[in-house]
Amino acid sequence: MYVRWFRDLKLGDRPAVGGKGASLGELTSAGIPVPPGFVVTTRAFETVLAALDPEGLIRREIERLDGGDLEAVSAVTDKIRSRIAAGALPGDLVRAVAAAYEELAGPDKPVAVRSSATSEDSSEASFAGLQDTHLCVRGTASLMTSLCACWASLYSRESVTYRLRLKLPEREVAMGVVVQRMLESRTSGVMFTRSPVTGDRSVIAIEASWGLGSALVSGEVTPDKYVVSKVTGEIVKRTVSAKTLRHVAAPDGGVRVEMLEGQTQLEPALNDAEIHALAEVGKRVELHYRSPQDIEWAVAPDGEAGEGVYLLQSRPETVWARRDAAPVAKPAARAYDHVLAALGKGRR
Amino acid sequence: MRAPNAKPFPLPSEITDVAGAEGWRDLYPYYTRFRPEDDRRFWFYNSMHFPEPMPAFDAITGEVAYTGLGAYTTRVFAFPTALGIEHRIVNGRVYITAHAVSDPDEVQRRLKVFQERAPHYYENWPALYGEWEKRLHGLITEIDAVEVPELPDFEDAAVVFEAEGIAQNHYVRAAFNRCIELYSKMWHHHFEFLMLGYGAYLVFFQFCKQIFPEIADQTVARMVAGIDVLMFRPDEELKRLAKLAVELGVDAPFLSGGSPQAMLEAISRMGEPGRRWMEELDRSREPWFNVSTGDGFYHHHRSWNDDLSVPFSALPRYVTMVKAGQSIDRPTEQLKRERVRIIAEYRALVPSDAERDAFDQMLGLCHVVFPYVEDHKFYCEHWFTTRFFKKIREFGALLERQGVLDEGEDVFHLQHYEIDQALVDVMLAWAAGVPPVGAAHWKPIVRERKEIVERLKGWNAPPALGPLPESIEDPAVQMLWGITSETLAIWSRDPATVGDNQLTGFAASPGVVEGIARVLRDVNEIGLMQEGEILVCPVTAPSWGPVFGKIRAAVSDIGGTMSHAAIVAREYGMPAVVGTGQATSRIRTGQRLRVDGNLGIVTLLD
Repeated sequence: MYVRWFRDLKLGDRPAVGGKGASLGELTSAGIPVPPGFVVTTRAFETVLAALDPEGLIRREIERLDGGDLEAVSAVTDKIRSRIAAGALPGDLVRAVAAAYEELAGPDKPVAVRSSATSEDSSEASFAGLQDTHLCVRGTASLMTSLCACWASLYSRESVTYRLRLKLPEREVAMGVVVQRMLESRTSGVMFTRSPVTGDRSVIAIEASWGLGSALVSGEVTPDKYVVSKVTGEIVKRTVSAKTLRHVAAPDGGVRVEMLEGQTQLEPALNDAEIHALAEVGKRVELHYRSPQDIEWAVAPDGEAGEGVYLLQSRPETVWARRDAAPVAKPAARAYDHVLAALGKGRR
Repeated sequence: MRAPNAKPFPLPSEITDVAGAEGWRDLYPYYTRFRPEDDRRFWFYNSMHFPEPMPAFDAITGEVAYTGLGAYTTRVFAFPTALGIEHRIVNGRVYITAHAVSDPDEVQRRLKVFQERAPHYYENWPALYGEWEKRLHGLITEIDAVEVPELPDFEDAAVVFEAEGIAQNHYVRAAFNRCIELYSKMWHHHFEFLMLGYGAYLVFFQFCKQIFPEIADQTVARMVAGIDVLMFRPDEELKRLAKLAVELGVDAPFLSGGSPQAMLEAISRMGEPGRRWMEELDRSREPWFNVSTGDGFYHHHRSWNDDLSVPFSALPRYVTMVKAGQSIDRPTEQLKRERVRIIAEYRALVPSDAERDAFDQMLGLCHVVFPYVEDHKFYCEHWFTTRFFKKIREFGALLERQGVLDEGEDVFHLQHYEIDQALVDVMLAWAAGVPPVGAAHWKPIVRERKEIVERLKGWNAPPALGPLPESIEDPAVQMLWGITSETLAIWSRDPATVGDNQLTGFAASPGVVEGIARVLRDVNEIGLMQEGEILVCPVTAPSWGPVFGKIRAAVSDIGGTMSHAAIVAREYGMPAVVGTGQATSRIRTGQRLRVDGNLGIVTLLD
């Protein structure tokens, strides 16, 4: 099978659809608002790769590389990438993808085409930003081009170096590709269900900017920041930043930068109701996965059908998960021993 | 600790006298004056307890309080790092400083004693507090029982025929000294448990900040604070009486305006229902109307029993709401459920079993100490103190009858040492059969001092004096006054680096509103408060409870997230910013404000 829909997928389907695909499937099944879509499976990828390289030489060549020798790595990866990008696609694969696209967004609505590798988005490795994402893709032809580009990005120098450093075996690495309805969001951003700054488990940290999330993720914009208590629901901290630009859909596909002036820069990109709605979804997802999440989200343009907040990605938070925290206190023989100890400490 | 552009606080020696009030030093004993060496220490204006200039007699409230506080910290429990509080008075305002123990060996020496003694109270807290309540009841009975002698033309014959051996004038000074003695005992009892209680709070707050670095102080306060606190009872009694009045059909007098006297007369003419309501009023009055309109530090803050116009001013509003079918009840069940939920959810987020057990222990201890920490005020600063001032008033009446003072209330413009002198003057005069000479001496002094106190009211007292301390050790300073390194940074911020039109303080209760400010420096002014205005005050006391139903937000000069203003504002669901240091001096009545209780920022909009 070359195509699987989100609603039929769960986390356990990672080998078939990659980390992102499985995660979006899991969220959809859990009733979390996610823009609908399908995944071009790893079977498709393996089929294309096998047609190019029946003996699996590509993978073996990569495993022999010295990750420190960037020139050597580039030489190999550039070659592999161009082979994949140029390769012919089997007819039944093209038909399956085209049919799915037609059902999802035909004939011409924009979709996001996003890499979904089998080794990414786990709590050990996030692979953040390493593989391709193509936004605002319209039409079957562009879709196929983007598809090949995503497969090829598995063999970008950055991705390969990353895998070599983590010593991930190549045969366990394959690429699924997510094809998802494109939300031309009014506001988008990221959300951590555990404070990225302090590791505080009781707050949700939200960053928001105007337009598509690519502006924030790429670091081109200083976002608004909000900290929300999971327990009281109160917004305990607010910082509104000057948001100087945003990314919007380009008319012929892809993304365009738009500069922002005056009022719009300093207007909060989220209102309180949206902040609370986001925090609620964040709590639900964290509860579902039983671990703190690193989430990408978007708010649909005002007045559109399907208003509200959507999640585009949710993966385990990796920074604080790795840190061993020694307990700050242990139970004492008597409750007031804590007081005796604290008051007897002398100058702090 | 301090913002880079911060203006340092002035030194005590740099403070100049308020124009026209240069004689203020005569109002207070020598040991309250700033000395040159005080310039080396950090002092903060205790506007929480002393928001107005001190009349001469009222300075006894700080004086006696600090004898008790320090004794318990320094000498009784031997807190390892904290010694007592010292106070000074300048331009009529009370500044205090807390001492820290710096020598590590001394800390250890004290720690040994502390570890032997503190456990006795922590382990037996509820039982000891029960005994304490009885002792306070005893002190209240004793102060009421003090008799101010009549000084008759001839002694009662019983003195001769029962060979008592002592004439009435002896008892004048003895009775006055007894009042001071009982007052002192009250303050010692006041502090008996208090510092240990704040110690428990401090430890839990610090623990929560380590586990949840971004938790709001007000959220920790919500986990600690109990719901059934005595200081809420007086307002609850008013609500009960309002509901009863409507139920019995005797509510009309409350809506007609008029004095409490007039209202009560009207009700007593309403037959059996009226009689029943009056009976219930009497039940509420003892002890709940013994609440003061202040916080226990000024003679002019009288109890509701002394002056029914304060509680009765809230009744029309409550009656109207009851008749309109609106609920006026404090939602205690909901508050309890919320508290249980918040505690459970934070507890579930604690990362390890060991830390969760520690959390339970520390919070559990806070819950044990909380009733005393909150309720002692009702017994001490409200019930006992208003009776104490009432008794002193009787001595004032004696001095007025003897022609020494123009009116009894003037007695509060004499220091307690001076009242002693004035009474001896009266004793001598009665003994000699001549009028006392005091009038010529005291009346001009009283006149001058009234003028001085009036002028001192206009002074913008700096929130602090002297160099910033290295650390704040004292649990009370942190928990009660809310003075932490952050507060100091806020206070010392140069106005040029903050928005000219902004004040910062502690975010005490969430929400953002805009509205018109009403600056009230004196709780006796609460009648001026209009519906929907924003209250700006030095600090609120529980007596201000009825006004919270009217206002849209609260801003105070001092107080932390455990303060009364914060707790009540949270319950009423309105924004509050406390501990701004300067709200009452920077904001004018009628000014438009935005109060952001999430961030602790007050913006002056015009």
